[in-house]
Amino acid sequence: MKLTTLLTSAVMALGLATSAYAEDKTKVGFVYVGPVGDGGWTFTHDQGRKAVEAEFGDAVETVFVENVAEGPDAERVLTQMALNGADLIFTTSFGFGEATINVASRFPDVKFEHATGYQRADNVSTYSARFYEGRAVQGHIAGSMTESNIIGYIASYPIPEVIRGINSAYLHAKKANPDVEFRIVWVYTWFDPAKEADAAKALIEQGADVILQHTDSTAPHAAAQEAGNVVAFGQASDMSQYAPFPRVSAILDVWAPYYIARTQAVMDGTWESVDTWHGISEGMVGIGEITDAVPAEVKAEALALKEALRTGAYHAFTGPINKQDGSVWLADGEVADDATLAGMTFYIQGIEGEIPN
Amino acid sequence: MIRLEKRPQPSRFWSAATPVVAVLATMVAGGILFASLGKDPVAAILTIFWEPLFGEFSFFYRPQLLIKGAPLILIAIGLSLGFRAGIWNIGAEGQYIMGAVVGAGVGLAFYPLEAWYIFPLMILAGALGGWAWAMIPALLKVRFGTNEILVSLMLVYVAEQILASAALGLLRNPEGFGFPGSRNLQQYASAHNAEIIAGSGLHWGVLTAFIAVIFAYVLLNRHMLGYHIRLTGEAPRAARFAGVNPARLILFCLGMSGALAGLAGLFEVAGPAGQVTIDFNVGYGFTAIIVAFLGRLHPLGILLAGFLMALTYIGGEIAQSQLGLPAAAIQVFQGMLLFFLLALDLLTNYRIRRTGREAA
Repeated sequence: MKLTTLLTSAVMALGLATSAYAEDKTKVGFVYVGPVGDGGWTFTHDQGRKAVEAEFGDAVETVFVENVAEGPDAERVLTQMALNGADLIFTTSFGFGEATINVASRFPDVKFEHATGYQRADNVSTYSARFYEGRAVQGHIAGSMTESNIIGYIASYPIPEVIRGINSAYLHAKKANPDVEFRIVWVYTWFDPAKEADAAKALIEQGADVILQHTDSTAPHAAAQEAGNVVAFGQASDMSQYAPFPRVSAILDVWAPYYIARTQAVMDGTWESVDTWHGISEGMVGIGEITDAVPAEVKAEALALKEALRTGAYHAFTGPINKQDGSVWLADGEVADDATLAGMTFYIQGIEGEIPN
Repeated sequence: MIRLEKRPQPSRFWSAATPVVAVLATMVAGGILFASLGKDPVAAILTIFWEPLFGEFSFFYRPQLLIKGAPLILIAIGLSLGFRAGIWNIGAEGQYIMGAVVGAGVGLAFYPLEAWYIFPLMILAGALGGWAWAMIPALLKVRFGTNEILVSLMLVYVAEQILASAALGLLRNPEGFGFPGSRNLQQYASAHNAEIIAGSGLHWGVLTAFIAVIFAYVLLNRHMLGYHIRLTGEAPRAARFAGVNPARLILFCLGMSGALAGLAGLFEVAGPAGQVTIDFNVGYGFTAIIVAFLGRLHPLGILLAGFLMALTYIGGEIAQSQLGLPAAAIQVFQGMLLFFLLALDLLTNYRIRRTGREAA
């Protein structure tokens, strides 16, 4: 009898404990601009979400909404998540900025994290990765591998983030190969396989034998493969299905450690509004495997460059660098400050064409 | 064997019943789709249709239905006038963009002046922007006989480029650290399309949509011009004999739908959206075509269809985050609605006959 009573109360206690535990679940929401199956940007964020689930198990519950249009739709989705008890919400597109700030002001107890944005509040953090460090490595490989000396660049929107990437890639391609030229196509989308494929084909027809992209689909890889001798790079995710050629390397977005750390901070009650900009050294930016299609000495140089960026021995924007119009931006040995990089709206010297506006 | 037999007269009963039957058929087929994805179909359908209206947080979702439905209704009302007369404006999305850009541009030109006349001027400019953009296919059709479907559609892509250019250049917020996008009109009191009653979702665009519904109803039923529109659509030859001027009708229908789409864009940019951004347009101009047909091109039908469409959008988002339904499944669900409607439309003009034996 005694044993039964003991067991019963134990079971009851356990039941109470688990239900109390369930109440305490930390709810983490993710709002995505694209589909989780885009194979690029949104895919990597969703990998981060899954890592949060794997790390905390039953202590967290994650929810997400994909393909959310920027503007009022985003605001509604955010409000809905907050109403349904989310403790922490990641908004993973630049265009969600206004919506994040608006909803955050109405839900002061909910924490928000806005990717690639610039507007913060007491309960809104911003975070982004120093993708331009990855672009430096990519530019070096691209400049070393091109034979036509023409590198095609599929650019999305003319915002500082993208312009910074072009400048970094160009700078390091030029260092590896002084004869290199960039051809830039603006497609005004983050994800549109048809447009990206058209852009890639147009660039290949213009003689480009390396295609760099700041868009998320593998359509440019397919176009490169069709052309036969054109090099491409994975964007955001590894895109290893096109390895070892045309995909010779990739810039990787690694969000998991950050998402886990921020979720932990909410659980511990230590969350604060911060502006995070992590690069290769913190592991937010990774370089996908450099395949054997890349000559061994180029691969060694690329890895050395990556290592120098990781240790901080080298900054991707180290002077002398002039602006496109020839005026001095950085003197010899000077490195770019974060504020200038964050708001970069100019090309560096040598890039042809104008930034559209 | 089943056989289709043309009705001597279109069935009035089926004309009214098909939208309802289509919604029910969509629920059943959608339920099967959700079940095959491993979700509880009843819960999914309830989440989409019940939750926004009567769920725990309906106090938030009901106003959202107005916000999401109003631009759809406003645009669809304009489109329905032309569609009834066989004038196919497919480019409402472009007219919506131009209304927003021109209207916001007028408002921002006054910044930071605060004055009562700024918002009315913006409304005027928004309507004018959409109207002017629709006049391009209208005049080309009247003058050179070009196809308004192609011209209006192509102009959507031109408008998108103008929008991107405005967000990056002319209208860019000078205090936005070089990022694209205009100033937020929600923070500029004289230009803000604020809610008329706070928290109700009822902004000036919603009011305008209701007025447009009444206006279209009166026009079509009580006015000579409305009679001409209906006559041209139903019997073009008779219309010509009745002295309908086709050029005037084209200019009116395209101009009206353009102006209403422009108004929808202006109210959106000055209210819920707040900003001219590169991705400002989210497809209202195209979805409104579905709404117009779902509403049988009838003003009251469009009113209901607009809210039904808004309901599936908002309910679909709830289903995504609460049940983990993929966004694509929701889109398939919305597509089914139009599919069933068009398929069932057959019953308006044909009756199904079982032919067990050969007819004598």
